[in-house]
Formats: sequence, structure tokens, C-alpha cells
Amino acid sequence: MANASHAAALAGTDEEPRFYVAEEEGHAAGGTLLGFWIYLMSDCLIFAVLFACYGVYGRSFAAGPTPADLFDLRLIAFATAMLLFSSITYGFAMLEMERKRKGATLMWLAVTGLFGLAFLGVELYEFNHLIHEGAGPQRSAFLSSFFALVGTHGLHVTFGVIWLVVLMVQVAQRGLVAENRRRLMCLSMFWHFLDVIWIGVFSYVYLLGVLQ
Amino acid sequence: MFGNTDLQQLVFGRLTLDAIPLHDPILLVTFIVVAVGGVALLGAITYFRLWGYLWTEWFTSVDHKKIGIMYIVLALIMLMRGFADALMMRAQQAMAFGANEGYLPPHHYDQIFTAHGVIMIFFVAMPFVTGLMNFVVPLQIGARDVAFPFLNNFSFWMTAAGAVMVMMSLFVGEFARTGWLAFPPLSGPAYSPGVGVDYYIWALQIAGVGTLLSGINLVVTIVKMRAPGMSMMKMPVFTWTSLCTNVLIVAAFPVLTAVLTLLMLDRYVGTNFFSNDLGGNPMMYVNLIWIWGHPEVYILILPAFGVFSEVVSTFSGKRLFGYASMVYATVVITILSYLVWLHHFFTMGSGASVNSFFGITTMIISIPTGAKIFNWLFTMYRGRVRFEVPMLWTVGFMFTFTIGGMTGVLLAVPPADFVLHNSLFLVAHFHNVIIGGVLFGMFAGTVYWFPKAFGFKLDPFWGKVSFWFWLTGFWFAFAPLYVLGLMGVTRRVQHFEDPSLQIWFVIAAFGAVLVLCGILSFLASIVVAFIKREELKDVTGDPWNGRTLEWATASPPPAYNFAFSPVVHDNDAFSDMKKRGYKRPLEGFRAIHMPKNTGAGIILAGLSVVCGFALIWYIWWLAALSFVAIIATTIAHSFNYDRDFHIPVEDVVAEEDRRTRALMATGA
Repeated sequence: MANASHAAALAGTDEEPRFYVAEEEGHAAGGTLLGFWIYLMSDCLIFAVLFACYGVYGRSFAAGPTPADLFDLRLIAFATAMLLFSSITYGFAMLEMERKRKGATLMWLAVTGLFGLAFLGVELYEFNHLIHEGAGPQRSAFLSSFFALVGTHGLHVTFGVIWLVVLMVQVAQRGLVAENRRRLMCLSMFWHFLDVIWIGVFSYVYLLGVLQ
Repeated sequence: MFGNTDLQQLVFGRLTLDAIPLHDPILLVTFIVVAVGGVALLGAITYFRLWGYLWTEWFTSVDHKKIGIMYIVLALIMLMRGFADALMMRAQQAMAFGANEGYLPPHHYDQIFTAHGVIMIFFVAMPFVTGLMNFVVPLQIGARDVAFPFLNNFSFWMTAAGAVMVMMSLFVGEFARTGWLAFPPLSGPAYSPGVGVDYYIWALQIAGVGTLLSGINLVVTIVKMRAPGMSMMKMPVFTWTSLCTNVLIVAAFPVLTAVLTLLMLDRYVGTNFFSNDLGGNPMMYVNLIWIWGHPEVYILILPAFGVFSEVVSTFSGKRLFGYASMVYATVVITILSYLVWLHHFFTMGSGASVNSFFGITTMIISIPTGAKIFNWLFTMYRGRVRFEVPMLWTVGFMFTFTIGGMTGVLLAVPPADFVLHNSLFLVAHFHNVIIGGVLFGMFAGTVYWFPKAFGFKLDPFWGKVSFWFWLTGFWFAFAPLYVLGLMGVTRRVQHFEDPSLQIWFVIAAFGAVLVLCGILSFLASIVVAFIKREELKDVTGDPWNGRTLEWATASPPPAYNFAFSPVVHDNDAFSDMKKRGYKRPLEGFRAIHMPKNTGAGIILAGLSVVCGFALIWYIWWLAALSFVAIIATTIAHSFNYDRDFHIPVEDVVAEEDRRTRALMATGA
């Protein structure tokens, strides 16, 4: 109906041209998703800078440990699996949301959060292990850029988990209302975005690092 | 004794009473003046019971028009501070020759030139540009507000919070002594152990959040909320340049955030990104910061180009010459701005091939810019040009900016740059384009849209006085720097030996005094206009015979901007409406859906200042506490689902009837 009135307003050929819309349809929808997507692209640039730094500093070992000395690929493969599973389960949550099933949505969100926590647990274990081995971020520019890149990703996942919990409370309180569906969509984009970034980290930092 | 010190460190970090510069008479006097002025202002607000009004009508407002005005007020306040720094530098350099050491010791002088640059770019030019875009863009595209009104309020307060932190450094501790981009290793922990660089980092990080969010906000606003019929190629040119500027903001500011975070890690955690040992590389910082820094100058100049386009076509009474070429020139500049960053450090050993590439891309930028200049000239050609104040700024800009652009092309030649790098020639060049371009544009825009915002024009006499003082003052202040730069004088020097140079610095100082008169006259034009506001009043909402949609509504516009969304058929939509006998609708009003005010923005920004301050002074408990408070406030705000309301139809009818009566009273 709104579109019809627009079309009439635009055509306006019959008699006088129309200079205003008498019937209003309110604010344009979809702005939030576009805005959030643009935000993600700006975040992507932050990661681009960190990847570039890793590209420049990745071989600056300063006579210290190298990736082959430090990284345990099996552990990282496990962490990667956790994160990839969490993306799949988030997808399940969104499917349930489309079916308007609140309980199932919440259940899949909880599973997603647990996978996220497992990923973070492995990352904290790895960082702790590296620092205790004397391979902390101060040791060399390679390690500085490694910790900055992987740590920034981990920080994002942490905020993602906090956001997820808050959203679960809000969905539990108010159900799958339009606002909550929109918010779940935003978090969905955020969560999958972090997955994409992690695939870059896993291939570029860990796999290539150990191959060197 | 020791236990005491530990406790003190635990509670206050490295903040001690020594941080307050009681030993420095200049700062002490400044502090007393600011304190007395501040207390007087706060007292006056309390006495006139304005706190409630300010809080409900301004501080918590999500109205893009009010937020835009607050941005511009912030810019003008910070302009005073930044200009005070400039006057001090000019005075120092005019007197510090031979035996005379001047009145500013080096460590103070270094803080002043750093603060001057940081303030003028981040807290004068940026808020000025953002404020103008905020105020004008939604009106120009026939929208009721921006896409995310709360974020808009939050963005403003984050920018203001950054400005507060810079001001704080004046009286608690010190500011950076590194130059406005804080290159390491000078800005690293080894050579700048004090709080100066930390103030710099946190002020810019906090303000940067605001800048990025307002960039996203305006991009979505322009993409999603244009009035029906306004296709991209029917958008006013100011909206086009705003779109490009905000795309640049979104694509450039994350790089600044990232690189400042890395510098912060070097200083706080002891990482080795930009250190000289353990694999660090300071050139990485220089590259990254200029990858942000060069787009930044186009972020500033593009909206000014937009203002000039609107002003030229309005005051020539003609459609803008070459609209499409103007749009394409803007887009080309947007893209090219990412391909030139290396010209800021030709001398740093990238080799002839790399330097040639960046030299050529830099020179290419002058082509779309030149096209714009010709478009403006052809718009004026055979127009009925009215030399009102905004038009004066525009003509002054075309003259000044063209010369600044030509010195820029000169600097783009790598061999020439090897002679002129870091010299006063460079300083003259970028002031030439930033004052002659950005600032003149912002003044033109302010004079042009002031009657839209307040319902009366700025005083034209004082406006003209201000323009002539600025124009002559600018040339007196910076032409000598071109000469000195060609003679090989470098920038950021606190004392000189060669007495033959002194006369040029004295001329430059005279120019700065003329600019001071320009600033004071500009303020006078506001004060006088306020006094004579009945005389300068405009009830039509269209004081300049404008061509774009913002002039179609009342001045000042109602909260909802347009009672009915306009429908656009042509470029210069309002001109088209006037030509085809548009009648303002007098009935059929409906309730209007609008966002609610919220205090969350100012609270979050206040907490950010506390957090930043605590981080600067190593007061870890306070940093942790305020950070948790920021997260908690954000979460609490997200539980508020009641964010909008409807302006009742009676209020809309009353507002529109008031306008109808006012229009009838003047016979318009």
C-alpha cells in the first residue's frame, strides 16, 4: 500500500505534480542491519591492520621462539572446531527464531555460548602457556603481533558471549519480538564474521606459521 | 613510610600533587582565568535555572539539529583554545632570536605545537564538519532524523569527552611533546615516559568512537532515508560530499584506532611494534597513521566543497554547473585519497619507483579538484551573483585554495619534497588548504545555514569584517612561512640564531593578530545578530532564495522537520517546487513517529572520561570500575525498549498553524 502511494506520488502525471506524501509509512526499515554491516566492515579493517602487522612482523623473531616452536596445531584445530560448531549452532538458533520457537532458540543460543566459552578457554590456556614459556608479547615483534591479532579476536568473542547472554535474557523476558529478532540478526552477523576472521587467523598465523 | 607510598600508588596511581603545574606562571594564569570563567558560567546557569532546560532540551536530545548545533559550539570553543596556542607560537618565534630565549621553554613549546595540531584537526575541524553534516543532511534529503538518533547523541558526547581530556591535560600533568601524529620511537615508552602521550592516545581513542559511529550513522541515513523520488543523482551536492566523507570516515578511522592501540600496547604492555629493538619497526607506525591521515584531510575538505557548491549555486541564482562531473570528481577524490599516503614521507627511503608512483597519484588528485573549481566558476558565469557573506567566503576560498593546491602539487614532486620536507613551506601549504579550504567552507556554511537553525541571519557587517580580517590575516601569517620554508627553515623550532629571519616571523605574528580580529569579528557577528534578531529575522524559512529541501521547512525547523515527507522530482528540489507553484499543505496532518530523548549518551561519555583518566594515571582500580560501569550502563540501556513516541496530531497542527499565521502576517 505504501508503495502504491509512492508510485502515485512519483508519477503525479495526471494533473498537478505531487510534492509531498500524504500517507506516511514511517521510518524505512532495514537501516539497523545495513548500519551494523558497515560497522562490521570497519571492524574488518581493524583486523586488516593487525593482519598486515603480522605480515610485516611475522618473521621478526629477535632470536626468540618461532611458530614451529610454539604452536600446537592439534589444540588449535580443536579450538577452531569449537568456533565453527558455534557458528552452525547459531544458525540453528536463527532457524528456530524464524519458526517463532522461543524455547528452541534459547537452547541453541546456549549451546552456541558454550562452544564460544570452550574456544575462549583454549585460547586462554594457550596464552598462559606461551607466557609461562617466556614467549609473551614483549619477547619479539612476532609475538607482539601474534598476541595483538589473536587477542583482539578473542576479545571480540568475549564481547560476543556477553552480548549473547544479555540477548538470551531479553528473549526470555520479552519473547521473539521484532526488536529482539533484529538484535539476534545483528549478533548473528557478528558471530559469523568472527568465524571468518578466525579462518584467516588459523590459516595465516597457525598453519603457515608451522609450515615455515 | 614505604607502606604509605604503596597505598598512595594503589589509590592514585602516578597522580601526585606535582602533576598540577603550579610552578608554571603561564599555565597558572590560564588555569585561574579558565577556573574563574568556568565558575562564572556554571554559576550563571544555576542562577538562571538553566540546568533542567539544558539537560532535557540539549544534552539528552536525539534531535539531529540540536546535536549538529552542539557539535559546532564545541568546534568554536576548541577553536579559541587551538588559536590561543597558535598566537603563543607566533609570539615565541617572533621574539626568540639570538640572546632572546623567548618566553616559552622547549618542553612547553613542544606541548603547544602538538596540542595546536591535535585540537585543530580533531576537535575543531572534525566537529565543525560533523556538526554541519548532522544539521543539514537530514533536512536536505527530506528526512525526519538520522538513522540512529541515540547513537548520534552518543557520538557527540564521545567527541566532547575527547576534547575534555585534551583540556584536562593542560592543568593535570602535561600533553604530548611529539607533534600531532606522535611518531614513535619518540612517542614510545623510552622517550616519552610521562602522561603526555597517554593523554593523546586516550583522547583520540574516545573521540574516535564517536567519529566512527557518526560516520556509520550518516552513511545509513543517506542510503536509506532519502525522500521519495530523490535518486542518488538527484541528491544535493552537499549530501553527496557528506556521503563520500562518511564513507571515508568508516574506511579510515578504524586504521587510526588500530595503530593507536598498538602504540598503547607498546607503552602499557611493553610490546615491540614500534620500538627500535626486538624486531620492532617505527616505519610501520608512520605508514599506518598516514593511511588514516591522508583520507582524513579529504574527510575534512569534501564537506567544505559541498558547502561551496550549495552557496555558489544559491547566490548565483543558477543550477550548479556540471552536477554530474561534480559528483564524479568527489567520488574520484574519495578513491584516490587512499593511494597517496606515502607522499608524507618521500624522504624516508622508499626508493625512486615507489616515490614516483605516489608522486603521480598525488598530482592526479589535482585534476578532479581543478574540475570542481571550474564548475564553480562556470556556475558564477552569467549568474546574478549576490555577494552576501557566504559568497565572500566562497570567492576567498577559490582564490586561496587554488594557490594552496598548487603548492601541494609542487610538494608532490619527490625531488622538490626532498628540499621542502618538514620545512615551513609544508606548514604554510597545509594551513593554506585547511584554513583556506576547510575553515572558510565551515564559516560559509555556518553563515549560510545559521538562519535555518535560529530563524535570523548573522549580522552581515561583522560577517564581512570577519571575512576580510581572516583573508588578509591568513596571507600575512602564512606567505612569510612559504618564503622561510624555501630558505630552508624547518618546522617546530623554538629558537633561532640567524637574525635575518626575524622580520618574516614578525610579519607572520602580525598576520596572526589579524586572524584574531577575524575570530573576534565572527563572534561579534553572532552577538550583534542576537541583539538585532528582530531586525534580521526571517519568517519565510527561505532567506537566501535557496534551492534545496532544507529551505522548504520553517526556520528553525520543527522537531519533525517536515509535516509531510517531501517528494522530489528534480535536482534542486525546492527550486523546482517553487517554480511549479508548490503550495504548502495546510491540513490533513497526522501524528508523527519520533525517537525519545535519552541520557545514556552523556553518561557513557562521562564514564569514558573517568576510565581514560584512570588509565592515563595508572589508577587501575578506577579504570576497572569505570570500564565495568560502561558495560553495565550499555547493557542496562539495551533493556529499554520504550524508545519512541508519536508527536500528537494536535501538536503538529498547532506548530503548522503558527507557521501559517507567521507567513500570512508577512504576506509571504
